[in-house]
Amino acid sequence: MDDVIEVSGLRKTYGSLVAVDDLSFSIRAGEIFGVLGPNGAGKTTTVESIAGLRRPDAGTVRVLGLDPVADGPTLRQRLGVQLQQATLPDRLKVWEALELFASLYEAPADWRRLIEQWDLTEKRNATFASLSGGQRQRLFIALALVGDPEVVILDELTSGLDPQARRDTWEMIRAVRDAGTTVVLVTHFMDEAERLCDRLAIIDGGRIVAQGPPRDLIALAEHDIHPHDVRAARPSLEDAFLALTARQRRN
Amino acid sequence: MTQAWNMTKTELKLLLRDPMAVFFTLLFPLMMLFLFGSIFGNEPDPDLGGRGSVDVSVPGYIAIIIATNAIMGLPINLATYRAGGVLRRFRATPLRPAVVIGAQVAVGLVFAALSSILLVIAGRIFFDLHLPADPAVVVGAILLSGASIFAFGFILASVLPNARTAQSVAMVVFFPMMFLSGAALPRHLLSGTIQDVAQALPLTHVVTLVDDAWSGAGWNVGAMLVLSIVMVAGVALSARLFRWE
Repeated sequence: MDDVIEVSGLRKTYGSLVAVDDLSFSIRAGEIFGVLGPNGAGKTTTVESIAGLRRPDAGTVRVLGLDPVADGPTLRQRLGVQLQQATLPDRLKVWEALELFASLYEAPADWRRLIEQWDLTEKRNATFASLSGGQRQRLFIALALVGDPEVVILDELTSGLDPQARRDTWEMIRAVRDAGTTVVLVTHFMDEAERLCDRLAIIDGGRIVAQGPPRDLIALAEHDIHPHDVRAARPSLEDAFLALTARQRRN
Repeated sequence: MTQAWNMTKTELKLLLRDPMAVFFTLLFPLMMLFLFGSIFGNEPDPDLGGRGSVDVSVPGYIAIIIATNAIMGLPINLATYRAGGVLRRFRATPLRPAVVIGAQVAVGLVFAALSSILLVIAGRIFFDLHLPADPAVVVGAILLSGASIFAFGFILASVLPNARTAQSVAMVVFFPMMFLSGAALPRHLLSGTIQDVAQALPLTHVVTLVDDAWSGAGWNVGAMLVLSIVMVAGVALSARLFRWE
C-alpha cells in the first residue's frame, strides 16, 4: 500500500524546549493511524508539522508527495484538519461557517449533508458562541471534512462528546475511512485508539516509543504489564501505553 | 479571487453584527458632525478664512474615520482572532495567509469608505457642506491616508496578543491622536506647542493632506511624503512582527 504521509527525522524546538526529536513514521493510504502520548509528548507539534502550520527545525515531512510548508495551500486543498485550540468568530453561524469553508476548496463535499450527518440541523442558524462544547466539536469535525479531503487529521476527536456521541462519531469516522480517506487520529483516549485505529504510534518525550497495530503493541509490552484490574481477561491498550511510556521515563 | 471575496463578505457580515464596531467605525463620526454642526453651523466665518465650521471639520472627521477603522477596528479584530485561535483555524484551510489578513484590511477599508460617504451625504443635506472643486484629488488624498494609517494600525494588529490588550493599546494610541492631530478639534484652537508636538503623529498629516485637497489648496507634498514613509515602515515592520498565535 502507498504511504500518504512520510515523516523522517522530524525535530522541532521552541526555545530550549525540544517538542519532538528525530521522529520517523509513515502512514498508509486508507488507514486510521493513531498518534498517542501523554500530555506534552509532542503530538500536536507532530500533526501541526504534517498540516504545514509548523516549520520543522530538521527532518522532512511529505504528505501526498508534497512539502506541507512550501506547498501549504495546494496540500490543504486535499487535507482536512480539526485542531486543538482553534475557534471560529463568535457571531458566525453554523451554516455560514460550513458554506464559507466549502467555498475555499476546489472540490468540496456537500456541506448541507454534513450538517445532517453531524447532527447540526437544529443548530444551523445558531452562532458559534452559542454552541455547546459537543456541538462545536461536531462542527469542527464537519469543517475538517468539508473539503472532501484525501487525508484528515483529527486532534482530540471526541473530547467534549458524551458517550453516545463518541460511539456515533467512531462509526462515522470508520465510514470516512471506508470511503477512502486516510485518517490521522490524535488522542489520549485508549479505548478510542484500541477500537478505531488500524495502526498507531505512541509518542513520549518527543520520541516514538512504539508503533504498530494496537494488538501488537499490547503483545509487545505484555511482560511489562501489570493489569490494573486483575479480573481483566487480557491487558488493554491502556496497560500497554502505561508500560511503554513508563519504560521511556526510566531510560 | 472567489476565496478572497467570500472571506471579505463573511467578515463584513460579522462586523455588521457587532454593535460596538458599527457604532465606533460607522456612526461615531456622524455623531460628531451632528453635534458640532448643530452648535456651530456652517456659515462662512472670517476666523476660518471665510470657510464654514462644518467645511473645516469634515476633513478631520474623515481622518477620524480612517483612524477608528485602522487603529481600533483592525487591531482589536485581529487580536481577538489571534487569541481565540480563529487565525489558526483559517491557516489550516487552503487559504493563502495574505487572504486571511487581506480580508480584515478590506472590511476596514469598506467600512471607512462607507462611513465617509455617509458623512459627506449627511453634511451636504443637513449643513450645506461645501463640496471639493477637485474630487479626484480628495479621493487620492483619502486613499493615500487610508493606506498609510492602515499600515500603521497593522503594526499593532501584528503583535497585540488578545482583545483586552488590543483595546487598551488602541485607545491609548487613538484618543490623543484624535484630539492632537486636529481631527476632532479644529487645529487653530490648539496651542502652538501642541501643534508642533502633533507633527510627530501620522494622523496630523492626514488632516493636512485631506483638508488641503478639500479646500482647493491641492496636494500637500510634505504630508504626502510623511504618510508614504509611515506606510512603507508600517508594512515592513508588520511583515517582520506578525504573529499567527
